[in-house]
Amino acid sequence: MKRVGIGLAVCMLMLCACSKPQEAKVPSETRVSTEAKDAGELILATTTSTKDSGLLDAILPVFEEATGYSVSVISVGSGEAMKMGENGEADVLLVHSPAAEKAFVEEGHADEDGRKDVMYNDFILVGPKDDPAGVGAEWANDAVGAFKAISEKQSPFISRSDESGTHKKELAIWEKCAIEPSGDWYIQAGTGMGAVLEMANEKLAYTLSDRATWLNLGLDEDLTILCEKDESGILYNQYGVICVNPEKNENINHEGAKEFQNWILSEETQKLIGEYGTETYGAPLFTPNAQ
Amino acid sequence: MNIIIEGIREAFRLIFTLDKEVFDVVFLSLRVSLISLFMAGTLGVPLGIFIAKHSFFMKDFLMRIIYTLMGMPPVLCGLVVYIVFMRRGPLGSLKLNYTVTVMIIAQTLLILPIIIGLTVNGARDKERRIKALAKTLGADTFQTLKLFIYELRYSIITALVSGFSRGISEVGAVMIVGGNIEGKTRVMTTYISQLKGMGQFERAVAVGIILLILSFIMNTILYNFQKEKSC
Repeated sequence: MKRVGIGLAVCMLMLCACSKPQEAKVPSETRVSTEAKDAGELILATTTSTKDSGLLDAILPVFEEATGYSVSVISVGSGEAMKMGENGEADVLLVHSPAAEKAFVEEGHADEDGRKDVMYNDFILVGPKDDPAGVGAEWANDAVGAFKAISEKQSPFISRSDESGTHKKELAIWEKCAIEPSGDWYIQAGTGMGAVLEMANEKLAYTLSDRATWLNLGLDEDLTILCEKDESGILYNQYGVICVNPEKNENINHEGAKEFQNWILSEETQKLIGEYGTETYGAPLFTPNAQ
Repeated sequence: MNIIIEGIREAFRLIFTLDKEVFDVVFLSLRVSLISLFMAGTLGVPLGIFIAKHSFFMKDFLMRIIYTLMGMPPVLCGLVVYIVFMRRGPLGSLKLNYTVTVMIIAQTLLILPIIIGLTVNGARDKERRIKALAKTLGADTFQTLKLFIYELRYSIITALVSGFSRGISEVGAVMIVGGNIEGKTRVMTTYISQLKGMGQFERAVAVGIILLILSFIMNTILYNFQKEKSC
């Protein structure tokens, strides 16, 4: 029995050792040395959109290679990501909920640098191609008008209802319409963006999504973008980076968090962000805007 | 640790203030799992007894499949049911995805192998004796079935309890097919998962505690039933 156990353990170790090199998919030109430094673990709490869009998988290996940190990405809603920061469970946050981020910094959960702009992408209203509420024809660039039309026609609309950045944006738009959505047509799903888009596709309903997740899912056979690029800027989706206040507990890797913050705001990384997605989708998914 | 203590306090607050949102979720959980248990029970017990009573070609192989399905991950079950009822799926025209009906279908499929497996297992050493007894009594098919159910009551109750526990506690299947829609398909487990996602740990723990209390009550009822019968 004992021998079998040891044998198994050895096999596991070998498997781990073998799988390492494949995990780090670094473009060959950025691979400076194969001997990576080991600087410890860094916990990045972020929204589902940065992970689901594939952005982090594309750019993080560059950071890990350059600094030797191994980054654990916890991708959750912006609300939970900030809760993790508040509890000192994460070292650095990459989130998109500016109002909540501001409150987070004001309550002293961030370090002395506060929050910094990283990049933005935008929200879009997607819906069925036959567009029963007539949004595409009349309100293609007016989110408030589009939301009003949907609620008037009582066309099925799926809400994230999970206090994510996208959900907060949706609520902000309803507030601007002075409408409190309720009724059978307003479906409160309480799940992630991918699952909600999938649900919209099944139910042929409207929903608000970030562009990156929408493009990544490829549901454009039955659904389509009906409203985008609102002139008032309400569909604008700004991402910020925040280092968690190191005084929360002694396990916080503040040094690593700082390095990550500086790295993501650096010119080279900003360029990488701006290029991501052009190959696959023909257009960048995020627009860098660090200052 | 604080979160758990706060959670316990919150649980009692929710119970005593009859919090509408929580109670809706609790009742839907009970409804889905009890109906699923009823369906799986009416199908699974006779099927289990049938399998136990007869010996046939590939019986061992069939049993191995059933035992495997007993441990099927709920997400996989949910995924398969979802695909079947997708708009593009074979039964898509029924438009059942994201409804309570499809949640019951998924849970029934999840519970069924447990009921069959445990019934067959309980009959393993008894089936010859019961068959002989039925023969001496001159029982017809239906009476034999009744005799089997009576003789196997302990195993059957254990099977039902296990089935119910499996149903009420799983999150994977109901999350996929139901979608956790407020007021329609939101049950306790998907609600806990959502609350965790929103960082509302106290409320999540509170709902978890209510779930455990309910399971405890259901188990007590079923085991009491077993005790009374044995007197």
